[in-house]
Amino acid sequence: MASNTVKSRAAWSISTFDVFIYLILAIVTVVTLYPFLNVLAISLNDSTDSVRGGLTIYPRVFTLKNYETIFAFGGLMTGLKISILRTVAGTLMGLVSASMLAFTISRADFQGRRFVSTFLALTMYVSGGLIPFYILIRDLHMIGTFAVYVLPGLVSAFNVFIIRSFIDGIPFALQESAKLDGANDWTIYWRVILPLTKPALATIALFLAVGQWNAWFDTYLYNGSSPHLTTLQFELMKVLQSTTTNADSFRGRNMTEVMRQISPESVKMAITIVVTVPILVVYPFLQKYFVKGMTLGAVKS
Amino acid sequence: MEAAAAELESKPAKRAGRRFWRILIQQRYLYLMSLPFIAWAFVFSYLPLWGWTMAFQKFRPGRPFLDQEWVGLQYFRELFHDPQFYLVLRNTIAMSTMSLVAGFTVPILFALVLNEVRSMSVKRFVQTVSYLPHFVSWVVVAGLVTKMLATDGVVNGILMGLHLIDQPIQYMAKGNLFWYIVTGSDVWKEMGWNTIIYLAAISGIGPELYEAAKVDGAGRLRSIWHITLPGIRSTIIILLIISIGHLISIGFEKQFLLGNPLVSDYAQVLDLYALNYGLSMGRFSFGTAINIFNSIISLFLLFVANGVFKRITKESVF
Repeated sequence: MASNTVKSRAAWSISTFDVFIYLILAIVTVVTLYPFLNVLAISLNDSTDSVRGGLTIYPRVFTLKNYETIFAFGGLMTGLKISILRTVAGTLMGLVSASMLAFTISRADFQGRRFVSTFLALTMYVSGGLIPFYILIRDLHMIGTFAVYVLPGLVSAFNVFIIRSFIDGIPFALQESAKLDGANDWTIYWRVILPLTKPALATIALFLAVGQWNAWFDTYLYNGSSPHLTTLQFELMKVLQSTTTNADSFRGRNMTEVMRQISPESVKMAITIVVTVPILVVYPFLQKYFVKGMTLGAVKS
Repeated sequence: MEAAAAELESKPAKRAGRRFWRILIQQRYLYLMSLPFIAWAFVFSYLPLWGWTMAFQKFRPGRPFLDQEWVGLQYFRELFHDPQFYLVLRNTIAMSTMSLVAGFTVPILFALVLNEVRSMSVKRFVQTVSYLPHFVSWVVVAGLVTKMLATDGVVNGILMGLHLIDQPIQYMAKGNLFWYIVTGSDVWKEMGWNTIIYLAAISGIGPELYEAAKVDGAGRLRSIWHITLPGIRSTIIILLIISIGHLISIGFEKQFLLGNPLVSDYAQVLDLYALNYGLSMGRFSFGTAINIFNSIISLFLLFVANGVFKRITKESVF
């Protein structure tokens, strides 16, 4: 009898504990997803109707007109093009630099190894700060160029160390046997290391792509006055920052046209969705990789 | 692998002194794959440090280095006499401390909660959802936060619905709320992402410890307190040291994007100050002095945190 009461009490306490746990999960899920769903609903709702307010997570008067309007507007297409270009170029070049550096510092026989890895590690701690960096970019005549999106951040020590710790897990015997077969270091990198580090490369590619896609401050600082080089995030920033949302907010005169057709609020919401969707499509499928990558990086550093 | 690597290393090492160049040629691909990037990193990571000299000069753009006029610590004196500076410093310290405390404890708590979920599919789903805000830009997050906190936003809607307030509150226009909004947004964005490392550390704890605790009659809360938390102790401490090192280099993205002229007395932080009162006004020397101040305090905090924790706990990042 006595043991029975203890048991049922234990069962009861476990279930309240579980209820509590699931309640927290439910709150976190709602608080995380609601803002996105709300914005999505407004972006798909008729602009005039949205002004009435009270929209939650589904559109009241469904329409695609908001999207048609913003995409018909040329400035946004330039932004989209530049954003895609910098994401592709930045990711590819970042992957090449990080994987090559990681391969060289993973090689215990490489005589420049200590120097290279120390030199890289220090870059994580030293930073000249905003203004010296700006002066450097200006002296290199990179203001108002596409290169400023890709070149300054080319080498990232953090990414190198994540890939390197992954390479350390690959048996060295593979490299040795390739060498016996007459492969040089380049062939080993290209034929042995790259195919085997795919999971780590996927993680780094995700980090690089998201970083490039989300960047806006470099556009603001260096290319704000080069309309042909602005990015989607920068355009969104400008629209969101303008509280008055009048002509100056978004490419001057042209935007007045857009605003006349749909309300500024609808423009903001539709662009927000446009910049968020690519991320939404990509990251869940790479989850397995980036969780592993983050964990490896943390354990090593 | 270690043995093979050691063998490869020791063999040439014996002859290395003289045959440096021969090995260099043998390892030419390794050099070709690393040195160009090292040169790159030198330009973009180390060269800006040279720019620190600007803070001690009356820097005029376009002039050769030797033609600049040296003024010693004048700009630092100017900085320390600027009343605005102390306001900025207060904001920086307040927001970074709040972010440190909230951004540090909430992910640990959330990781503990996630670890107690028994249904793997529910756990996976919630984790995937919680990573989402990490991947969207601060531009988008600032837009979402502003939207949710607007007078017709969901927060005001709920509070009015519960009759807790009669009038919608203009959250974004209230300076005294700005620090909380920034901290809250930060937690909202990074909470899920920051659990990754803790969950990995938790999964490294041996299941036999939990079995033993169960046999001893410990409930789940007791197991969390006596096994899970001590099990991730060193992870927590190392991450804490790193966060303290980044304490005042909190950046300015959030403050730039969430702030507005109405709350600028609470939103201005060191980097923003350098941007607005240095770069935008062309006062490069003054702005650089702010950057230097920021870097030195950061390094100082990192070493102090590392030293203190080393003493107390024998954990260290260096």
